[in-house]
Amino acid sequence: MAARKMTTKPNVSADELLQHYKDMLLIRRFEEKAGQLYGMGLIGGFCHLYIGQEAVVVGLEAAAEEGDKRITSYRDHGHMLACGMDPNGVMAELTGRIDGYSKGKGGSMHMFSKEKHFYGGHGIVAAQVPLGAGLAFADKYQDNGRVTFTYFGDGAANQGQVYETFNMAAIWDLPCIFVIENNQYAMGTSQDRSTSTPDLHTRGEAFGIPGEIVDGMDVMAVKEAGERAVKHCRSGKGPYILEIKTYRYRGHSMSDPAKYRTREEVQKMRDERDPIEQVRDVLLTGKHASEDDLKAIDKEIKKVVNASAEFAKESALPDVSELWTDIYAEAEA
Amino acid sequence: MAIEILMPALSPTMEEGTLAKWLIKKGDTVSSGDIIAEIETDKATMEFEAVDEGVIGSILVPEGSAGVSVNTAIALLLEDGESANDVAVPAPVSAPAPTVAAAPVQHNDVENEPQWRAPQPDWPEGTQMKQQTVREALRDAMSEEMRSDETVFLMGEEVGEYQGAYKISQGMLDEFGSKRIIDTPITEHGFAGIAVGASFGGLKPIVEFMTFNFAMQAIDHIINSAAKTLYMSGGQMGAPMVFRGPNGAAARVGAQHSQDYAAWYAHIPGLKVVIPYTAADAKGLMKSAIRDPNPVIFLENEILYGRTFDVPVLDDFTVPIGKARIAREGSDVTIVSFGIGMSYAMEAAAKLSESGVSAEVIDLRSLRPMDTQTVIESVKKTNRCVTVEEGFPVGAIGNHISAVLMQEAFDYLDAPVINCTGKDVPMPYAANLEKLALTTTDEVIEAVQKVTYS
Repeated sequence: MAARKMTTKPNVSADELLQHYKDMLLIRRFEEKAGQLYGMGLIGGFCHLYIGQEAVVVGLEAAAEEGDKRITSYRDHGHMLACGMDPNGVMAELTGRIDGYSKGKGGSMHMFSKEKHFYGGHGIVAAQVPLGAGLAFADKYQDNGRVTFTYFGDGAANQGQVYETFNMAAIWDLPCIFVIENNQYAMGTSQDRSTSTPDLHTRGEAFGIPGEIVDGMDVMAVKEAGERAVKHCRSGKGPYILEIKTYRYRGHSMSDPAKYRTREEVQKMRDERDPIEQVRDVLLTGKHASEDDLKAIDKEIKKVVNASAEFAKESALPDVSELWTDIYAEAEA
Repeated sequence: MAIEILMPALSPTMEEGTLAKWLIKKGDTVSSGDIIAEIETDKATMEFEAVDEGVIGSILVPEGSAGVSVNTAIALLLEDGESANDVAVPAPVSAPAPTVAAAPVQHNDVENEPQWRAPQPDWPEGTQMKQQTVREALRDAMSEEMRSDETVFLMGEEVGEYQGAYKISQGMLDEFGSKRIIDTPITEHGFAGIAVGASFGGLKPIVEFMTFNFAMQAIDHIINSAAKTLYMSGGQMGAPMVFRGPNGAAARVGAQHSQDYAAWYAHIPGLKVVIPYTAADAKGLMKSAIRDPNPVIFLENEILYGRTFDVPVLDDFTVPIGKARIAREGSDVTIVSFGIGMSYAMEAAAKLSESGVSAEVIDLRSLRPMDTQTVIESVKKTNRCVTVEEGFPVGAIGNHISAVLMQEAFDYLDAPVINCTGKDVPMPYAANLEKLALTTTDEVIEAVQKVTYS
């Protein structure tokens, strides 16, 4: 395969492609900045970056409609930016400040936005899978035509509760898209050491859930698969599985030196399969955008990201009184 | 202006490290994502990537330097149009960490609490009463709430067609249909998670565990997903729902089916925990639990299901969560209990009165929030306290009450508080051993005699 060749022939407008380019670039630059702030000690604890996986969320968000829900694991910054959450609020949560989405009380792994239908941000591997099916359960109960994107990784795919959930989602025809972001490493354990068979998209077969494998480095391929999944779920046919083959460039978390794979392996993915560079090439070769156009976009995005970092540094620490708030909800009068 | 490249923190605890190797040199062009150095932490050697683009203007910290503090400038990156001569080499300084104000001390502060009021009767005087089992009271409470709120539904194993493993949901499938009375597969972890997700999505689930022993499979969702989300989301979303089912020892079912989880759940901020004894409390607390916007653990007891109590005949009878009930007034000793422990407490109080000891019995009903003030006020009067529960003795509810009394009523105590609990053993099967493993009325009486020095 030639370097950076997209696996699908996109039949899309240049505007759409340009938008995907911007959305992916925002995530990449944001994550690089987050990594930098972590290095400066401004972000603490665990911080799991999404660099390399950008096409997954950007492609699927392009297939979603207003009101659809999404839920994911602790590697959640990309999902939040892709569904339209404010970079300032996300970055301020990373730095543990009052203007963060959770007032600084959740951190990188635990962020939510009711407004954007983003239901977290969950720190326990695979816990979000039944939770996502539960969101879909609520949608079906309320007959509102919405679907839920339930993201989890290849590591989570080995948790028992995933299969408990598949079973119930299938019995009850829940409008839930199970998105397996297969980045090939469950922390430091490669898929071939952790998983008895290579294919995760067939894991629903025993429950009668259709699944397909998707090139997660190709944003248009992801979007098209997402549209098929959404159509299936919205028409009342029950859940659908997308195994999206992707790759994370950075370690599992900031403190992971990633010695379980070679530098060459990572470099090869970057050089040949990078989701952003692929779109960039299409934009340039198709003359949909010039080098200068893209440079201007890059500059604009850097500005947004730098502003979010400044915002996150300047936002105040939560007032000490916040220690004692939000433990219990008050009953409505 | 040149950009300083700072020594990064590469783990949650790193304060300094060794700059093992530079992979770039002065004059090199770097772009975002390029690996520029290797840095050794106490745990590993990490690759350090460039974030910004530019030309390396100077290397400030040579490779091989150990003990380089996080946030020290280690190199300078020149932006478009700058040259190395344009920039002054800054003295390495550490960026200041944000100052952290001292956390306020845990308030047990009574000042902010509303004035304590003695427990009030749960229904007006003269209210008509009817006899009902705990089982019927629970069913009526759920049904009444389901009639008035479409978002309430019941899910669990055998709740529908089988009419409930313990017949709590008898008749409910007929009334509400399979959309709202949902039989689940035997998969506690999964359906508890689905129910929590449904609560995030705007519904008010009631999850029946066939017994709370099986809820251990689901405890991650109860605690990590249900109890903590309101806090972790800065108040944006929580889990308005009820987890209910029989808790504690039944009879002759052995170690895995006989455990009291009261203290486990009472430990968790974000949960409310109720454990009724009477049918009236079962009904009134269940209705309050369903309406509560927080996750409520509702601990029932298989042995109590068939017991009959007076229940008030009222259109909408509720019992507030967090209020104890004085089940029997007395002056010589305070016996504090909850759930089935109340049967030992009440029996002991009746026998003690025959020998002239007047025991006040407090039924906590709620373990979180706990009405400790009612206990304290009672002990100020009686100066003695015995607690009764079936759970294990270490980290028991009684331990907590003892601690509260030491802090809040030390000067009023005339004897150490005694905790009557289940024995510190897994529940045996043999009838004689099982009896020994549980607390008994005689043990309660003995404890009262000790604290009253009689």
